[in-house]
Amino acid sequence: MRPMADSVVDLLSAEQRRRLAERMANAVIAHADELTALDAAIGDGDHGHNMKRGFEAVLANVDALSGLPSPEFLRAIGHKLLTSVGGASGPLYATLFMTIGKLMPPSPSRPGLVAALSGAVEAVKARGKSNVGQKTMIDVLAPALAEIAAGGGPGAVAGVALRAAEATTPMLATRGRASFLGERSVGHMDPGARSMALIIAAVCDEFGGQ
Amino acid sequence: MAKVGIVIVSHSPKVAEGAADMVRQMVGHDVPLAWTGGNPAGGLGTSYEGIVDAIHRAWSDAGVAILVDLGGAETNSEMAVETLPEERRHRVVVCNAPIVEGAVVAATEASGGASLAMVRRTAEELSA
Repeated sequence: MRPMADSVVDLLSAEQRRRLAERMANAVIAHADELTALDAAIGDGDHGHNMKRGFEAVLANVDALSGLPSPEFLRAIGHKLLTSVGGASGPLYATLFMTIGKLMPPSPSRPGLVAALSGAVEAVKARGKSNVGQKTMIDVLAPALAEIAAGGGPGAVAGVALRAAEATTPMLATRGRASFLGERSVGHMDPGARSMALIIAAVCDEFGGQ
Repeated sequence: MAKVGIVIVSHSPKVAEGAADMVRQMVGHDVPLAWTGGNPAGGLGTSYEGIVDAIHRAWSDAGVAILVDLGGAETNSEMAVETLPEERRHRVVVCNAPIVEGAVVAATEASGGASLAMVRRTAEELSA
């Protein structure tokens, strides 16, 4: 008897999964110092180090990870980040990847993808007890998701995400470590919003966003 | 009767261990107690796996109350609780209380045989 998985067409090939993991990891690792500097201004200065450690763990296991079917691949990336990042971003990014993996449609469709991403954004909001407008990664996730739902292509989605991160600069943080600073958080881009935008842009690049 | 277990989660292993020392000295040894601190690389931060392990070490059929310090400690602790086996998940709470005072007060309640809900309420009164 053939295993079930053989009869299901995966959204991505193993080679695409590998490139996706590598693109996300390389984007985070290349910007680790920038993320840490942003976090030093309004947080505790460890976001770049933490995210770099997480994605180095992903890279170290990229062969095994990319061999998994896409839903398990996403869940396994989430679990790697959960066990290696160490800050609040660990469980937040883990929740994002694990929920997309859980909700991802078995065959490619934009409505199915939008539903999965939408469920994942809600799960991140619940995990962080946060919502739009609090100067967090949600302020990038929400507009990027809206752009995908509106039919935007990879290039447009990446642009929206990167601009949304910039747009957290004048915002007042009311959630996360930056909220301890109150008014002093104004004038600095949120490091979590920036890392989220970098990851979204890296994914968009894989799908022809450049 | 089983007494509620206490878990202390700090970004700093020294803070977590120090708070646990205070609990032991002020409350004694009849309450299950575990602490964890530091990120997976050994720096300041918290570790999901370290927290899961501490919950199991402090396990009690009466439940476990977790005391945390800053943001990541809370988020990682909530993630740890949600990924526990079904039969344990509903008997663990993360308290909204100051970590040191909360741990001592929660352990004092626990040593008297209070329920998990009562242990949590007493610790959280410190933040009220």
